[in-house]
Amino acid sequence: MTRVLTVENLNIGFRSEGRELPVVHDVSFTLEAGKTLALVGESGSGKSVTSLGIMRLLPPPPQSRARGKIILHSDEDIDLLSISEARMRRLRGDRIAMIFQEPLTSLNPVYTIGDQIIEAIRSHRAISARKARERAVELIDQVGIPDAAARLTTYPHELSGGMRQRIMIAIALALEPEILIADEPTTALDVTVQAQIIDLLRRLQAETGMAMLFITHDFGVVADIADRTIVMYAGQMVEHGQTEAVLETPLMPYTSGLMRAVPELETAGLNQGELQSIEGFVPNPASLPNGCAFHPRCTHTLSGICDVPPVPFEDAGNGHLVRCKRWQSILENAE
Amino acid sequence: MNELPLIQTADLKQHFPLHKGLFGGQGPVIRAVDGVSIDIPRRSVLGLVGESGSGKSTLGRAIMGLSRPTAGTMTFDGIDMARASSSELKSLRRRMQMVFQDPFSSLNPRMSIAETLSVPLRFHNPGLSRSRRKDRAAEMLERVGLPGQYISRFPHEFSGGQRQRIGIARALIVQPDFIMADEVVSALDVSVQAQVLNLFGRLQRDLELTMLFITHDLAVVGHISDFVAVMYLGRVVEFASTRELFSNPRHPYTEALLSAAPSPKSANRRKRIVLKGDIPSPLNPPSGCQFRTRCPYAVEDCSHEVPKLRELSPEHKAACIRDDLSLAPATQQ
Ligand SMILES: Nc1ncnc2c1ncn2[C@@H]1O[C@H](COP(=O)(O)OP(=O)(O)OP(=O)(O)O)[C@@H](O)[C@H]1O
Ligand SMILES: Nc1ncnc2c1ncn2[C@@H]1O[C@H](COP(=O)(O)OP(=O)(O)O)[C@@H](O)[C@H]1O
Ligand code: SF4
Ligand code: SF4
Ligand SMILES: [Mg+2]
Ligand SMILES: [Mg+2]
Repeated sequence: MTRVLTVENLNIGFRSEGRELPVVHDVSFTLEAGKTLALVGESGSGKSVTSLGIMRLLPPPPQSRARGKIILHSDEDIDLLSISEARMRRLRGDRIAMIFQEPLTSLNPVYTIGDQIIEAIRSHRAISARKARERAVELIDQVGIPDAAARLTTYPHELSGGMRQRIMIAIALALEPEILIADEPTTALDVTVQAQIIDLLRRLQAETGMAMLFITHDFGVVADIADRTIVMYAGQMVEHGQTEAVLETPLMPYTSGLMRAVPELETAGLNQGELQSIEGFVPNPASLPNGCAFHPRCTHTLSGICDVPPVPFEDAGNGHLVRCKRWQSILENAE
Repeated sequence: MNELPLIQTADLKQHFPLHKGLFGGQGPVIRAVDGVSIDIPRRSVLGLVGESGSGKSTLGRAIMGLSRPTAGTMTFDGIDMARASSSELKSLRRRMQMVFQDPFSSLNPRMSIAETLSVPLRFHNPGLSRSRRKDRAAEMLERVGLPGQYISRFPHEFSGGQRQRIGIARALIVQPDFIMADEVVSALDVSVQAQVLNLFGRLQRDLELTMLFITHDLAVVGHISDFVAVMYLGRVVEFASTRELFSNPRHPYTEALLSAAPSPKSANRRKRIVLKGDIPSPLNPPSGCQFRTRCPYAVEDCSHEVPKLRELSPEHKAACIRDDLSLAPATQQ
């Protein structure tokens, strides 16, 4: 397996009223060629900030500050947090690309989609306009839009949400990046179109061998796309493992709670009674509860244990990591 | 026992002219709702699903009497809304209430919760004293799971889930019989969504409400509804009791929606149907069966005429000409 990116103890904070509020705490993971890592969590858990941090698209210091290491592996290792902005600009789009939830805000409404794809190519590669145009047609075709050549002259507003997301994918893949970061790319789409986009991303990944970091809040989508999964809560990684392991034997009470809170398709109409909700709210990342950040909402909390730091991120076996002091006894009681 | 359904629509149509009569003639029309006949039995929840643009909200608005239908009738408790007297209409406006998708934009930021909840009371129960209104507001707030003393707070002091509870309280305070809820949990996080769905379920049972629950989320519909109607391009293509629809879909579009809905339980075990293309423009829908351009089972005959919504068994109707298909359920058998 080829490792293409290593994130080590990434910490990100924003400046507010003269002090720094940490919102991402010690995030570490690796991306491998041809594989997909999912980042799941509720809103505000730090998924987007993590991905923008990797792309170095957060507001510049002192408004925000990122610490730790983000190593892009190739002939030499490059730490994205220590290179110049000019060098980062050359890597962005070329080696690491990103797509977002709402493609309309990232496409420029006054240029045709052809111009935008061609510009994405020619800003990084010295090739002729004709060659770039040919490549654009090839890309539009590759993302499954019929009549590729005729589409070059259409404007973003003339396309449906699903087509715009395909165009964003075409732009992101124009330079054959090794890494694609997708931040909730299907959240705004209908389920039928979501299924098309997930299929497309899987096919393109098989063809190009790119590594994917896929951000979502939907465990169903995770099951469909990810090899490995990280669950985030209040800016921290609370569970990390093979997707099947995380979905079938979740060890962190927050993960199992989230999964139980979603109604199941399989038991529709069977009058399952009430859903098991998680009481309370996600804490503000700037003032996390002491010890386990989930302890005020957890049904397994023991005071004197769960509210006392540190809560290590432990290996429960086979690289399945969990941040919970009681995972073993919870697991034993369940069996 | 044959009780009259609380809501009945008959061939309801809501068309929008694209550019209004430039030469007085008939321009192109968007057929947002195009001949919908559905019943919502008393004390039951009808879930309405379909892709974006299929006409769910437009149908909901027509049912609520917020738009004048192009054709067809909408009957509430036996009263034809188009022929109702003004006193009947006033009472209907109390008996039919709505909860919106975005609780924030539907609450006035400058009004305290007490004021927000008093507005509908002042209109519908003018005899109530100011202090009785305040008591009712506090009672209602507790009923939706918020402390009564929160009535003096303002919307920005509440989270998304709490604001949605306030939206529910505002709808329920005038003691309606019917609630239309349009995408009310779509913007909420999973853990909060479960709290709000449980609240809806509890209130619906306790207060014996009839509900139209519009959402694009099939798992949510499967959880909360007694019956489900599936819409495609302005028409209902399938209608059944919830269990029946999920375990025995009879329209290929329903099958496709069920198979596309992501599920952590059966991602790798289910047959996956990926539809080609987008929903066609409602300006220029395909002839015959409107789903035929994306239907994996389309045959020549499908282009001839619009399939009727036929009764296949009691509590199950579908609009597909093919009876020979065996479609995949969402449920594990
Ligand atoms: N006032 C209007 N004027 C013109 N067209 C309209 C109007 N309201 C709705 N439409 C059109 O009618 C169709 C149905 O829209 P509607 O909002 O009912 O869909 P929906 O099923 O609620 O979709 P969503 O899931 O996105 O909320 C769409 O093509 C829409 O553009
Ligand atoms: N530019 C910013 N300035 C200050 N705080 C921010 C900024 N962007 C995000 N945050 C905060 O960081 C936290 C994580 O946000 P985000 O990564 O967007 O969450 P997610 O993508 O998981 O929903 C939130 O508390 C959010 O309010
Ligand atoms: S450490 Fe304690 S509070 Fe935190 S998840 Fe585990 S059992 Fe719950
Ligand atoms: S009538 Fe034909 S095109 Fe329409 S759903 Fe049935 S098989 Fe498909
Ligand atoms: Mg985000
Ligand atoms: Mg709508």
